[in-house]
Amino acid sequence: MEHVGRILKYELHNLVRSKWLIGIAAVLFIVTEALFRFGSDPARAVASLMNIVLIVIPLVSVVIGTVSFYNAREFNELLMAQPVSRTSIFLGKLAGFSAALCGAYLVGVGVPFLFHAAGLREYVGKVGTLLMVGCAFIVIFSAAAFYVATRFEDRIRGLGAALTMWFLLSVVWDGVILLYVHMFRDYPYETGLLALVFINPIDLGRIVVLLQLDISALMGYTGAVFRNVFGAGGILLAAGAMLVYAAVPVVAGLRLFRSRDF
Amino acid sequence: MIQIQHVSKSFDTLRVLDDVSLEMERGTVTAILGPNASGKSTLIKCLLGLVHPDQGRILIDGEPVLGRWQYRSKIGYMPQIARFPENLTVDELFRMLRDLRGPGTDIDIEVFARYELGEIGGKRLGTLSGGTRQKILAAVAFLFGPQILVLDEPTVGLDPVSATVFKDKVRKERDAGRAIVLSSHLVNEVEEMADRIVYLLDGKPFFVGTTDELKRATSERHVDRALVNLMEQAQESRHGTRR
Repeated sequence: MEHVGRILKYELHNLVRSKWLIGIAAVLFIVTEALFRFGSDPARAVASLMNIVLIVIPLVSVVIGTVSFYNAREFNELLMAQPVSRTSIFLGKLAGFSAALCGAYLVGVGVPFLFHAAGLREYVGKVGTLLMVGCAFIVIFSAAAFYVATRFEDRIRGLGAALTMWFLLSVVWDGVILLYVHMFRDYPYETGLLALVFINPIDLGRIVVLLQLDISALMGYTGAVFRNVFGAGGILLAAGAMLVYAAVPVVAGLRLFRSRDF
Repeated sequence: MIQIQHVSKSFDTLRVLDDVSLEMERGTVTAILGPNASGKSTLIKCLLGLVHPDQGRILIDGEPVLGRWQYRSKIGYMPQIARFPENLTVDELFRMLRDLRGPGTDIDIEVFARYELGEIGGKRLGTLSGGTRQKILAAVAFLFGPQILVLDEPTVGLDPVSATVFKDKVRKERDAGRAIVLSSHLVNEVEEMADRIVYLLDGKPFFVGTTDELKRATSERHVDRALVNLMEQAQESRHGTRR
């Protein structure tokens, strides 16, 4: 297992110099800076930032994770022919990739916020929550990307599968929820709604951040339901669910990577 | 040194290796040949642990190796395709591989030095030409003085001078008692380096023997002729079974 750290180290070395990682950090930096500098209401700035993070971070993790895993295929084979276990290779690469992306994200969103933090004291916790949720997304969706790239031999199909997964979770799922609420509006639908939200990490992340922003009142009755659920230790429950979401693709990807033929 | 016993492997319904048993000895260069899809790469990948056989076992120094990874410290592998993390430098790549092998590993820098890879140590791997990347792979394979060398189409991307350096090194390692497994399409490369020939056909060894045995079996005087003769025979037998 000491190999995990060594692979992580060189994976990081490689990624911090890559153009796309620097590009992502730069774009996030510009957007965040613009929102705080030109937005009149910081609460709305944080809400806009949240919407960007919820869509962009999973998308970027999935796409770049898949592509970079495919690109590393030949080198991974060379690594697998060294006296190193496949577990170390997979975990080392995943840890390195997630860490690099989290670094870019934290720099891109965190640094401009720090510039303005003096005037935004009461938002520190909220932006902090957003940063943590974003990092959780990065781990979850990078692992899912690695799983997909291991599962499909063909990179076009793999990329297609990865994008489909992102589309289902970030767009189609909202439709499912609306449909559910519409169909069961005459019944007590809150428990089912809660279950639907808990199934999808993106929705769960969104609720966690929204509840921090005190705009859950805008969410009407369901907002109140979530308030009740998430208020008392609910954040812990949500964090636990996030951990499970991260564990599922990591374990599934690792199992597949170990048993696969290359 | 290497014993492959009754190894079979299927991909979906295609039987790629069919009950293959082979032995490879120290001080011998064993060339694995065969037409496309004959199971050459799969056999090599089984040896490296990249492919898990469905049946059979592989022993190295008498110890079963399937499902383990520690045994690979005895193996130096030169793959056919050279692709590296683009933003690492040449020096960092070598440092990484040394880190992974752990301290206390003997280092053999002969190929590294003769290819003058130290001079491009600061260059990023993504900027290097195909031939240079191939040289790096060669240097990596010999770097840890492994008991077993697995070389997959090694000289294809190398210029003639580098290829000669490479072949000399292979001979030297053979004379030092290493077991060398070579996969190649190039008849002259096999002729120059191989002591034993394993010709695979549809996942089974069609011919196994020394180059002298091959010459006798085909009644040819030169290895290259004998190899071509063998390939023709293989082709005919295949058509025979198809009919």
